[in-house]
Amino acid sequence: MTRLHRWPRPGRAARAALLLALGLLVSALQAPPAAAQQADAAAFAEAVQTLATGDREARERAVDRIVEIGHPRAAAVLSALMYRRLATVAGSDRVVLEPEGGGPLEDALTGEPVENPEALETETIYASNQVRRKLRTAVSQVQIFAEDPQARLASTRNIVRAPSDATADLLRRALDREEVPRVEQAIRLALAKVELLAGDAQTKLAAIERLSGSTSPEVRSLLLRLLDRDDVPAEVRTAAREAAASIETRLTLIDWGQRVFQGISLGSVLLLAAVGLAITFGVMGVINLAHGEMLMLGAYTTFVVQQVVLAVAPGLSELSVLFALPAAFLVAGAMGVLLEQTVVRHLYGRPLETLLATFGISLLLQQGVRTIFGAPNKEVSNPFWMSGSIELIGGAVLTYNRLFILVFALAVLAVLALVIKRTTFGLQMRAVTQNRGMARAMGIPSGRIDALTFGLGSGIAGVGGVALSQITNVSPNLGQSFIVDSFMVVVFGGVGSLWGVLGGSMVLGILNKFLEPYAGAMLGKVIVLVLIILFIQWRPRGLFALKGRAGEQ
Amino acid sequence: MASQPAPARAGTGVLGWRPGAADLALIALLLIALVGMPVLNALPPDSGLKLPDYMIGVLGKFFCFAMLALAHGLVWGYAGPLSLGHGAFFGLGGYCMGMYLARQKAISAGNELPDFMVFLNWESLPWWWTGTHLAPVALLLIVAVPGALALLFGYFTFRSRISGVYFSIISQAMVFALMLAFSRSELGFGGKTGLTNFSTILGFSVSDQGTRIGVYVATVLALAGSYLLCRWIVRSKLGQVLVAIREAEDRVRFLGYPADRVKLFVFVLSAMIAGLGGALYVPQAGIINPSEFEPAQSIEVAAWVAVGGRGTLFGPILGALGVNAAKSWLTGFAPELWLFVLGGLFIAVTLFLPKGLAGLWPQVRAAVAKRRGGTDG
Amino acid sequence: MAEAETPTARAADKLGAFAKAAKPGAAKGEPVKAAKGTLLYLDGITVSFDGFKALDTLSLVVEEGDLRTIIGPNGAGKTTMMDVITGKTRPDVGTALFDGRHDLTQLREEATANLGVGRKFQKPTVFEPLSVFQNLELALASERGLLATLRFRLDPGRRARIDEILDVCGLGDLRATPAGQLSHGQKQWLEIGMLLIQDARLLLLDEPVAGMTDEETAKTARLIHDIKRRHTLIVVEHDMAFVRELGARTTVLHQGTVLTEGSVDAVQNDPKVIEVYLGR
Repeated sequence: MTRLHRWPRPGRAARAALLLALGLLVSALQAPPAAAQQADAAAFAEAVQTLATGDREARERAVDRIVEIGHPRAAAVLSALMYRRLATVAGSDRVVLEPEGGGPLEDALTGEPVENPEALETETIYASNQVRRKLRTAVSQVQIFAEDPQARLASTRNIVRAPSDATADLLRRALDREEVPRVEQAIRLALAKVELLAGDAQTKLAAIERLSGSTSPEVRSLLLRLLDRDDVPAEVRTAAREAAASIETRLTLIDWGQRVFQGISLGSVLLLAAVGLAITFGVMGVINLAHGEMLMLGAYTTFVVQQVVLAVAPGLSELSVLFALPAAFLVAGAMGVLLEQTVVRHLYGRPLETLLATFGISLLLQQGVRTIFGAPNKEVSNPFWMSGSIELIGGAVLTYNRLFILVFALAVLAVLALVIKRTTFGLQMRAVTQNRGMARAMGIPSGRIDALTFGLGSGIAGVGGVALSQITNVSPNLGQSFIVDSFMVVVFGGVGSLWGVLGGSMVLGILNKFLEPYAGAMLGKVIVLVLIILFIQWRPRGLFALKGRAGEQ
Repeated sequence: MASQPAPARAGTGVLGWRPGAADLALIALLLIALVGMPVLNALPPDSGLKLPDYMIGVLGKFFCFAMLALAHGLVWGYAGPLSLGHGAFFGLGGYCMGMYLARQKAISAGNELPDFMVFLNWESLPWWWTGTHLAPVALLLIVAVPGALALLFGYFTFRSRISGVYFSIISQAMVFALMLAFSRSELGFGGKTGLTNFSTILGFSVSDQGTRIGVYVATVLALAGSYLLCRWIVRSKLGQVLVAIREAEDRVRFLGYPADRVKLFVFVLSAMIAGLGGALYVPQAGIINPSEFEPAQSIEVAAWVAVGGRGTLFGPILGALGVNAAKSWLTGFAPELWLFVLGGLFIAVTLFLPKGLAGLWPQVRAAVAKRRGGTDG
Repeated sequence: MAEAETPTARAADKLGAFAKAAKPGAAKGEPVKAAKGTLLYLDGITVSFDGFKALDTLSLVVEEGDLRTIIGPNGAGKTTMMDVITGKTRPDVGTALFDGRHDLTQLREEATANLGVGRKFQKPTVFEPLSVFQNLELALASERGLLATLRFRLDPGRRARIDEILDVCGLGDLRATPAGQLSHGQKQWLEIGMLLIQDARLLLLDEPVAGMTDEETAKTARLIHDIKRRHTLIVVEHDMAFVRELGARTTVLHQGTVLTEGSVDAVQNDPKVIEVYLGR
């Protein structure tokens, strides 16, 4: 469906357009005046009467007249005549027709079903071949006045195929009457096209002027087609070229906007996957290769909570994701504390060993989940308030769950920032990571703070897992697909800064989406990885890292 | 007085072993591998000691892994950087061999293009396949391609002083990128299926048991050669510089040694050894595909080295053979248990056995010596 | 130290004249002429990290054969100054010349080391798994290239040189001990020994007696006096007793620049110095 969006020009033109639009609105509210409507109805009745009873020439004139009047019943009447479903009733002026696809007889003028159809004696009206030939175009034209907006919309496409002054007139008349905005836009576009193809130079220029605000690739190709034609004056061609160029610019802008948005959407997923790492890697300096499995645990917790809610309180099933959030935080956080206590704490100061040990943990967790839940994907359903989508300018679709995840990721980041900056625990956490000895001397239980910090990072990952369960397959391998990306975000953004994680994930998300059209999703990713490797040549400590003494540790 | 070689702390670095102990063990191992196994394989089928034909291939693959582990251990155990991307070099070497074998197959079938390109309706051979049907070119590529990647990667990372976990993560990203890239069939390496269904190598049929033993023997010899090369390096003063870099890289620079270049040298050498191992792996496995580039595979290599013992050359070989033997034994009857075992192994080794199995031996020896000293005195 | 003081004073005059004559970096060719005969020449060095100026137009001249002590409160820029001299940190502006010819701002650590700048860190960094002997063998002056290192042979001459240094540092009996097992003081001496055997022309010692016992400190002072005869030395220290014991010309750094310079007594009685250390 092409949609014509007018981009108002600034200044006086804008004001004029606004006034015009207001005027149209006012006239639409008043019009059509009752008198005119009645006159049309009378004219239509007369024309139908002529169709039923007149000779060949009278009938041809009546067809023209009906097209001209543009009554909502016109399409039904003309096609009934065409397909021999129109009939006169003996002993009256009444004309009836059998609706398309069968059904009870109805009145040709009003469309109301006829009472007692069996009692009537009807005679089918036969139109001659000449009249029928005329009817064929007429039927498609009067569709523009049909009652069904869908039919009207379809007819605009048909009408454009035979551009002429007459069709332009027809469209103008239809435009006057149209009240559905979507159809109105379609008619406007069709009219412009017809004028562009069939009108004289002046009309063409006016049409180009109107079309130059379009955002439709179809209009652009129409304008470009005009350039190839010899019978078009030079100034029209120039105008067409300029209009096409301005549409092109607008399309590019929209395209960029869309990609930026998709990139931000991808970035928010990366953010959720990586934000827990900002704590475990960024703050504690622990490379936790089981981080991905914390995401996975969060996703499986969502699945279990959903099953429990379905079994216990099916009425609340739409809210199970909300119940899953604290549950996932607790499950993954508890697992994090457990890991810190049993493994990680024995390896502080030996980062490479930590890396290997946590990889071992990730294998254990993966295989554990596989043993308990089985290898196939688990179904986690989206609640109704996260399904659906909105359409953006230029036809891009934005699903609610993506939007939700974006908001959610930012919220998680904000909460985390508050915890670190504003709570006692956050203060102690920063104290321990900056100067362990001094913190301990001041009575901060550094061992417990370490465990809780690791738990916080893991719990946040679990919460991220809840969100990821809404957009990706819940399987034992879920964590593996995010782990490389998550670390790239942290390395790129800079270790130890929440801003770094935010910036890193958004930049990488957007970069990915801009590379995709040129390189494809896979190679785009490869290029991003190569760019990161080159980037850290320039800023080895990431985009948002501190320089100098504070950065060297 | 001054001439005595400095004895060292147990299990670390160049000096971890009293000269000869590891060498003797390795010589014994390689001799058994080189002579013993083919002889056992040649025994008549009804004799109780007959080594089944397929076992030659299995052992051969283990020795390829041992080369990969040796290469990895040279970098991690001596110079310090923990690569989580050594599978990249192994896989690239494998692909170079795979290209040669695929071309041989095509030529013997009278085609110019390998089968998978025919399926894809490709018109002509991509330029990067040029010359791959020639054995010398293939042999060159097997070490040159992994070496070139290592040179590029190492140059950029070492130059900007990327070390520690950063190096590990970035190297993991490198192998991950390769996995993504090689999964694309447009790249001309058979996509996800990879290269397989080989027919001949150097004119001999790959399915022939004689050929298999030949490749097997070549693998054992390549391992022995790589070991000797690495041994020469770590025993030279350069080996001391490597250990010094591992311990305090900055200090080494202030002594005037080109630390970046030294690291780059062993990294590239290591990649070449890994590439050779990968190349020998392919005819014995019968296939090469992007799964060799899976990050988890590369991390597993680190586990072999850790289990065997870092800072030694014998340890990684031992670790690769041991872990892979355990893997193929266990996956034989309880495949779901293997990941638990491997995961546990990672944790146990880092927590309880930081010097690996090779580190165990000097400890035991010291304990025995102590007890004996106690009883004597 | 009368013998050391005269040429240094002359150099300081030269520097003063130069500083008056031209703003730092204004005349590019000039410093080379002005710096002739000096081993180390720093002028107008500024280093900033994210707005914080670690060094602010620092100037310092050290002649061949000098022993110079440098003191200053924490954050005065002592370590950053050493980083600049050894090529670890690039200054934003300023001139740093070694031997009047080599531009230190364009060289990295290994290059400055090969020119003859030796550095001992505040925290002793010896190679712990290697023996004392091997640590010295690594530091022994020889070609540092990749292939040269691979082919290196320890001939009798080199062996004798290592033995000699072992004696100087008093570590002869510990030659086979892994450096990791040495005491703190022994590690410091080993590191000084490594600087000596490196044949460095300029030795930078960063707090050589930090964490030492009094006895070890006295021994270190004797060691430095011994070394001074053949090497140019810059010693950064906090321990004033030790600085007095060295009795050398002393430069006081404060907020990244030179506060004052002179004999230990003169510096200690300088009201500016007293204010910096005691005031505020």
